[in-house]
Amino acid sequence: MRDLKGRQKRAPIKEALDELKSMRVVPFDVPGHKRGRGNKELTKFLGEQAMGIDVNSMKPLDNLCHPSSVIKEAEILAAEAFGAKYAFFMVGGTTSSVQAMIMSVCKRGDKIILPRNVHRSAINALILTGAEPVYVNPETNERLGISLGMRLSEIEKAVKANPGAKAVLINNPTYYGVCSYLPGIVSLAHKYNMKVLADEAHGTHFYFGDNLPTPAMRAGADFASVSMHKSGGSLTQSSFLLVGDVNKDYVRQIINLIQTTSGSYLLMSSLDISRKKLALEGKPIFEKVLEMTEYAREEINSIGGYYAYSKEIINGSSVFDFDRTKLSVNTFDIGLAGIEVYDLLRDEYDIQIEFGDLGNILAYISIGDSYKGIERLVGALSEIKRIYQKDKSGMLRHEYISPKVELPPQDAFYSNKEQVSLEKATGLICGEFVMCYPPGIPILAPGERITKDIIEYIEYSKAKGCLLTGPEDEQVEKLNIIV
Amino acid sequence: MDLWYSEKHTPYVLFSIKVDKQLYTGKSEFQRIDIFESKEFGRFLTLDGYMMLTERDEFIYHEMIVHVPMAVHPSVKKVLVIGAGDGGVARELTKYKQIKSIDLVEIDKQVIDACKKYLPKTASALDDKRIDFYYQDGLKFVRKHKNEYDLIIVDSTDPFGPGEGLFTKEFYGNCYNALKDDGIMVNQHESPFYAEDAIAMKRAHKRIAQSFPICRVYQAHIPTYPSGHWLFGFASKQYHPIKGLAASEWRALGIKTDYYNTKLHAGAFALPNYVQEMLKEVEE
Repeated sequence: MRDLKGRQKRAPIKEALDELKSMRVVPFDVPGHKRGRGNKELTKFLGEQAMGIDVNSMKPLDNLCHPSSVIKEAEILAAEAFGAKYAFFMVGGTTSSVQAMIMSVCKRGDKIILPRNVHRSAINALILTGAEPVYVNPETNERLGISLGMRLSEIEKAVKANPGAKAVLINNPTYYGVCSYLPGIVSLAHKYNMKVLADEAHGTHFYFGDNLPTPAMRAGADFASVSMHKSGGSLTQSSFLLVGDVNKDYVRQIINLIQTTSGSYLLMSSLDISRKKLALEGKPIFEKVLEMTEYAREEINSIGGYYAYSKEIINGSSVFDFDRTKLSVNTFDIGLAGIEVYDLLRDEYDIQIEFGDLGNILAYISIGDSYKGIERLVGALSEIKRIYQKDKSGMLRHEYISPKVELPPQDAFYSNKEQVSLEKATGLICGEFVMCYPPGIPILAPGERITKDIIEYIEYSKAKGCLLTGPEDEQVEKLNIIV
Repeated sequence: MDLWYSEKHTPYVLFSIKVDKQLYTGKSEFQRIDIFESKEFGRFLTLDGYMMLTERDEFIYHEMIVHVPMAVHPSVKKVLVIGAGDGGVARELTKYKQIKSIDLVEIDKQVIDACKKYLPKTASALDDKRIDFYYQDGLKFVRKHKNEYDLIIVDSTDPFGPGEGLFTKEFYGNCYNALKDDGIMVNQHESPFYAEDAIAMKRAHKRIAQSFPICRVYQAHIPTYPSGHWLFGFASKQYHPIKGLAASEWRALGIKTDYYNTKLHAGAFALPNYVQEMLKEVEE
C-alpha cells in the first residue's frame, strides 16, 4: 500500500504507446491502414492520434491473451486501484466480463442462483455453458414498478434447496440503483462453498467515491464485472473483470475462449488512463456527481408529478442500499410511461437519456455533466408535464412475472423450434429472448413457459414504443417456440 | 502601436477594430470578459472574444429589443430580463414610468460589475430601484415562475456558450408559462446571413413557433454584429406586433430615441424574401 498514489500515476500501456510513437517504427504488420496512412477518410474522421495508436500486439506493447509486460503491469495497477487480487482488461464489453466469470465457475449442468432481473449477458452465458439457473424472486416496489434486489432470506432458501449450486450472481447495483445486502450474501454463499459473482456494470464508482454502496471486492465477492465505460470514463466496450481468491490462470483460459486475439489498444489505453484518473481523483469526481444528482433530484421532485427516488426506498432487505448517483425518475403520476417521456425528451427537446421503461426514466449523470445541462433536463421535464400530462388510469404497472423455467437455457436454445404468432404462443415454451433494450432485462428467456401475462406485457411495451429485441422476428409479431 | 481586436464572423471573414487600449480583462466561472477602448466605436465589451456591444452602436440593439414590445403592450408593469448584464436593456426600460419592477437575471455577476465600472453609458440605469438582480441560470429562474410577467426580454449571447440553454424549446416553453395571458416575449434572434448564424436563427424560430400562438421576426442594422443584419423575435399570446401597435399612445409618452420610431416599427417586420423563406421552412 506504500505510495499507492505514486504508483497509480503510471499508465503503462499509454506510456508504451507514447514510446512506440517516438521510435518511428516502420510497420510491416497489421492493421493494414498503417497508422491511418492507408485510409485518409477514416483518419480525417477519427483523428491521427487515434489511428496512430490503433496498432497490433507486439513485443513493446505486450499481448492481451498472455500478458507479461505492460498489460500485466496495467492489470496489476488496476487490481490495486479496485482492491482486487487481480484485474483483467476486457475489450468485449462488460458482457464478456459477465460471461467469463460465469463460465469460470459453471460447467454444463451446474446450477447458479441469480435474480431474474439480470442483464441478458448473464443468461447468454448460461446458453454458452449449459449451466442451469435457479431464479430468486427480486421483490417489486409496487409504487415504482421496478424490480429490486434479493432478500438474504430468499437467497438462503435457494441455497438450502440447491446445496450443489456453484455460485450466486448479484446485481450491484441494478440499473435503477438498488443494492442487495452484499456482505451478508457473501458470507452465506461462502459457508455453502458457493462463489459470489457481482455484475457491477453500473457500480464502477462504488470503488472510488465516498458515501456510496459497498463494492463487491470490498464485500469479499469472488468476481466482479465492472463497466469502466459507464461511470468510469473509458471508451465504450472496455471493461474490467476483477477477481478475489480464485485461480486466475484458469480465468485467463476462459477469457481466451471468448475474447478476441486482436485486443484494441484504443480500448486498453482508455482503461489504463481512466483507471489512473479514478485512482487519483475518484473521490472529488464522484462527490461532484453526487452533488449534481442530488440537486437534479430535488428540482425534479419540486416540479410535482415526477418522483425522483433515493435512499428513502431502502427497506433493509430487498433494497439494502441505494446508489444516489443514479437519477431514476418515476413518471406514473403524470400519466406517461417512462418510454414516452424518454421519446419526448429526445424528439422535442434534443435531450438523450439512458432509458425509459414502462414507469421510469433514468438519466445518467457523470463527471462530464454540468449544471447547465441539468437545468435543461429539469426544464424539459417541467414542460413535458405542462404540455403532455395525462390521466394515469389504464397504465400498466410492471409486475414481477415469476418465470417458469421448463428447460435449461442451452437445451432450449438448441432445441428444434418453430415460429408462431404472439397470440398463439400462450402456454408454449419459448426458444429465444424477448426484452426491451435498454434496459436489456429479459421478459422471456429461452426455456421459459409463455403465459398470458407475458404476452400482455409484450403487447403493452410495444404499444408504448419500447424497442423490443431478442426474437428472430424483428417485429416481434412471432416467437420461436420449442417443438 | 498597431493593436487590433478581431472576431471571425465566419472561418473566412474577419472583422477588426483598431484598439486604443484594453480597459479590463477578467475570467469568470463562465467566460472570459474583456473591455476595450477604440477610436471608431468607443468602448466595447467582448465575452470569450465575441463582440457583445460597442458604445457607438448599442443604442440600435437596445432600443429595438425594448421599444418594439413596449409600443404594442400599453400597460407593461412587470418585466423579466434574461442576460443583459451590460445594463442596456434596463436603461431603455427604466424610461417607462408604468413599469413597476424589473427582474434582471444574469448568470455572471462579474459581467455586471465590469460594465458598471467601465461602460457607464450603457450601465447607467442599473442602480434604478425598480431592478432586482438574480445571479443565476435563466432557464432555472424562469421555470419557477408562472403567470407573472407582462414582458420577458431574452438578451442572450450566442447559442454556443453560457447562452446555450436560452435557445431551447424547454426555455421558450417555460417563458410562455411565466408570462401572463397577454404577455410578450422578445428575444435576440441571431442573423440570417452567414450559414452558421442562420442555422441558429432557424432553430430558435422553430422552437418559439412551437411554443407561442403569435410569433414574428423583425430586423435591425447593427454594424458590429456579423453581417450587420440582425434579427429579433416577437412572440406573444394575444398581441399582434403590427396590428397591435399603439402608435399614438407610445408617442404620447415622449420617450426620446435615436433609432426607434413607430413608422420604423412596422417596417422592421417587413423582411427580405430569403429570410421569409427561411422562417417559413421551419414553421409548422
